[in-house]
This record gives sequence, C-alpha cells and structure tokens, in this order.
Amino acid sequence: MDWVALRLSLALAAVTLLVLLPLGIVAGRWLATTRSRARPWLEALTALPLVLPPTVVGYYLLVALGARSPLGPAFERIFGAPLAFTFTGLVVASVIVNIPFAVQPLQRAFAAIPPDVREAAQCCGLSRWQSFARIELPLAWPGVLSAAVLTFAHTLGEFGVVLMVGGSIPGETKTIAIAIYDRVQAFDTGGAGAMALLLVVISFATVALSYVLSERWLKPAKR
Amino acid sequence: MSLRIALGHDGPPLDLDLALPAGEIVGIVGPSGSGKTSLLRAIAGLLRPRRGRVAFDHDVWLDTAHGIDRPTRERPIGYVSQHYGLFPHLTALENVACSLLDRPPAERDAQARARLAQAHVAGLEERRPRELSGGQQQRVAMARALARNPRVLLLDEPFSSVDRSTRKRLYVELKRLHAELSPTVLLVTHDLDEAAMLASHLCLMQRGHIVQQGPTREVMTRPATIAAARLLDLPNLFEGPIQGTSAARRLVFGPHHLEVPDTGAFASGRTIAWTILPTRVLLHRVDRPSHGERENPVPAVIADLVVLGDDVIARLAPAGMPEARLTLKVSQHVAERNALAVGRDVTVSLLREAIVPLETK
Repeated sequence: MDWVALRLSLALAAVTLLVLLPLGIVAGRWLATTRSRARPWLEALTALPLVLPPTVVGYYLLVALGARSPLGPAFERIFGAPLAFTFTGLVVASVIVNIPFAVQPLQRAFAAIPPDVREAAQCCGLSRWQSFARIELPLAWPGVLSAAVLTFAHTLGEFGVVLMVGGSIPGETKTIAIAIYDRVQAFDTGGAGAMALLLVVISFATVALSYVLSERWLKPAKR
Repeated sequence: MSLRIALGHDGPPLDLDLALPAGEIVGIVGPSGSGKTSLLRAIAGLLRPRRGRVAFDHDVWLDTAHGIDRPTRERPIGYVSQHYGLFPHLTALENVACSLLDRPPAERDAQARARLAQAHVAGLEERRPRELSGGQQQRVAMARALARNPRVLLLDEPFSSVDRSTRKRLYVELKRLHAELSPTVLLVTHDLDEAAMLASHLCLMQRGHIVQQGPTREVMTRPATIAAARLLDLPNLFEGPIQGTSAARRLVFGPHHLEVPDTGAFASGRTIAWTILPTRVLLHRVDRPSHGERENPVPAVIADLVVLGDDVIARLAPAGMPEARLTLKVSQHVAERNALAVGRDVTVSLLREAIVPLETK
C-alpha cells in the first residue's frame, strides 16, 4: 500500500477543490445569468475537457507549463520553482481538467433559481452581495455540493493528464491512480488490488455522503 | 404629488406618457401582451426602456436623456409579482426581514413580525413558503413589499393564483392596508371588475399604449374611444350621422332620431361612433310611466334574455332595425315586475346624457 501516493491524491483533490469551487461559482453564475452572445462558445469551451482525450489536454498543458512557453519560466522566476513535473503544475492541470465537473452543476443550479426570486431580492433592497450570499448561494447549494463531490472524486481518479503533466515522482506527482498503474506494471497484483479497493471505498463514500446530505438538508429548502 | 412615467421601448413595445395621482390605487387593465407588466417592471427598474423618464414628485428614478438610472434596490418601491417571488429557503419572518437589512438586527425582527401581523399572517412566522397556502403566500409577499415603507407599491396580478373566496378576502385586505399606509398602488390586472372594485383611478392599456386613463367611474362610464369601449367590453357600439341645426341636433339611429347634447363631439353633418352603457338604457315601466320617458323613446322587441346572478341582460331589436342589438341590463326584480320575456314589446329611452360619443382613432 502506497500511503504517500494516497496522501498526495487526497491533497491534490482538496487543493483543486479549494481553487476551483470559488472560480466555478463565479463562472457558473455568470453563465446562468448572462445574455452575452459569447455564452454558447464559452459553454463549449468549459465542456471541452470532457470530450478530449487526457493525452491532448496533457500535451497542451505540458507545452504551456514547460520551459519553452512564456508561462513556465515566468512562473519559475516568480515562485522559484518550475510548473511541469511538480505538485503545483499538477494542481493547475487538475483545475483545468475538472472545469466541466464544477461549472456545469453550478450553472444548472443558478439557472434553476426562478427569475422572480432574483428580482424580488433587488426589490427588497438587497445589494448584489447580499442577494448572492443570502438568496442565490443557499438556493444553489445542491449544485455547490454536487460540484464539490464530482471535482473531488474525479481528481482522485484522474490518471491520463496527471501522468502527462506530472510524470510519476514519488511524493511530488505520483498519485494513487498512477501508483496502481505502477504496481500492475511490476506484476504486483496484490498491491494494485489493495489500492484499487481503497480508491473504490473512498470514492463511494464521497459520492454516497453527498447523496445522504442532499437527502437530509436540501429537501426542506425546495419549493 | 404624482408619479410621472414616460416610456419608449421596442421589445416589448411601450409608448406612453402618464401622470398618476399619488396615494391612490391605480388599476392598470388591458389584454395580455398589452405591456402592463412591462410598465411595472420599467417603474421598478427591472426593465431598462430604450428611452424614458420616471419620477415620483421631484424624485427622479430614471431619465435616459440625462443618464439617470437608479438601480432597483435604490428605488422606494415594493413589488409583488404574479407568483410572489418569495425566497423558498427562508421562513415567512426571514422573507420579510430581508426587506429590512438596513435596520439593526434587533429592530428588524420586531418590524418583520409587526408587518406580518398587519398583513394578518401572525403565527406563521416560522413557516417556509411551501408550507403556506396561496393566500398566505400573497399576504407574506405583501408584508415583505410594504416593510420598507415604499412610496409606490407595484402589484402584478397579485390575485390571479388564489381561489375566489381567498381573493375576496385579499381585496378587503388590500383596501385596509391602503387605508392604513396610503402608498401609491399600481395594480395590474386583466380583470376589469377587479380593477373597478379596487382602484380609484383606471388606466386602460393596449399594445403598449394608454388607451384612456382617469378616475375609475369616469373611465368606466364615459369611454373616449372605440378602443376604450372595446376594452371595457361594452356591447352597445353604434355609428350614425348627426343631423339638424345646433338648436335641435339629432343622432340618426335607424328610423329613430335621438336628441343629443349640444357639444362639439356631436357637430352637425358628422358621422359618429357612440355607445350607451347597458345599465343606462332606461326601461319604460309597464305600471307607472316615469319622467324621462319622453326623452328619446325607442320601441323594441326582446330578442334574447339571459339571467346572470341578480342581473338580467336583455338584447333588444329596436323597431325598424331587425339586425341591430341594443343590450339592456336590469336587476332581476325589475325584469320580473315588467314581465320581460323573449318576443315581448318594450320601450326604452336612450337619455341624451347617457349617449357617449366615441373617437374612432
């Protein structure tokens, strides 16, 4: 059992969630309410990671984060460490790959808020922030929860992009999914099986928890 | 004091210029798609008109010519939409308290409770909207809209989604709240009877225009145009030339020559459109002749007769005019006393002052 890899996977999932959820809320709300003509194009862009193979996303990320792009060296100058083949690079990749899993449920949740409720908040004199914090976010709560669960669980299970961008450096970029792959390559089916089972248990627990929570908390909030 | 609204917009079309009396209940009536809701939304700032000016007294809320456009949250309004727009995740008390976020929290709670009590929903403070009946939801929405002491209360078909008996109670409630707080109320409805019952001032709207506006009684009894008469659903719409000199003008109605008032609308030589309210067609009593009978008597045959509650609506074929129908509305006891029945001959008077000339535009 590779506990280091497990810990790394959990850390990656948590950091990805912390970075992506606020961004997803802003993007999801904007997509749900905007009348901009650019909306379908931006929606398509956010859905792109769903349909592209991980190798394509990974390739472009590697090019973008690498030493020959403007981004890689700039990051290295500012933070003193490179992006490719590091945990930070992995976070960047993971955030991008998870955009559809976070943005889509959030967009649907904000779009489901009836327009007259949104307008009533304005007519009650609520500021934009008050309306968001007191009315919209609590009503979009099911979407926030499902975005969080999907992002977390999907990051735990991400393989292709992580392999492309991170390689397999123990303690830095070797996640549990990659550790399982390594074990299988080394014909250690026992070790691979144990870790696979553990990943199944953790993922199931995460998803099940979200269903239990939505059953308990969210029902009374429905109209 | 008045609420002045001038608006021009394309989608939905709006083109109007209105000055409404402050402190009154103003009924805004028109068919669906006539722009009633858009008018309310523009006043609230929820709809940005292409051009326009909205001002309450000297307080300008919108003036596109001078770049003034106060956001909805800063306009002193209360708004109750058709489905109330209650916050589904908050209790009745929290819903009302949301309108009072500018007050200190302690005061907020007490005020919200007082508003709910005023709207007769005390005891339901902790219920969420889905646990309330339609009528209770409407009262909570009303309490929430009134909590900020708005100068203008905008009500968009607030009675359309409750049952009849609840609606009647809510009518009384609105009148009572208005008497207590006297805000300027704009009540949008497609129900003319509702508007006539509640509003002291009436605006008839069609395709984004104001067809007619004024004190309710005047609009209801003296429509100015054919369009207004149609919106009021008046049955007696006729056309005829004016003959004679100014001393003795006559409106030609088939073989009948009716005396008309000596005003410009009845200028000699013109062909005019006119109407008379079914309640103002004077039925000559069989037992006892009355004073007005000498004025414009028209003999007729009853073509059909419908009893609607306490009212009887008779459609008459005036003598010499088999195709024309003159509608008469009397109470049931009058109909019984005069033994009204299909095929019977009656005589009615179309009194001078009851004949309303209509502009054709």
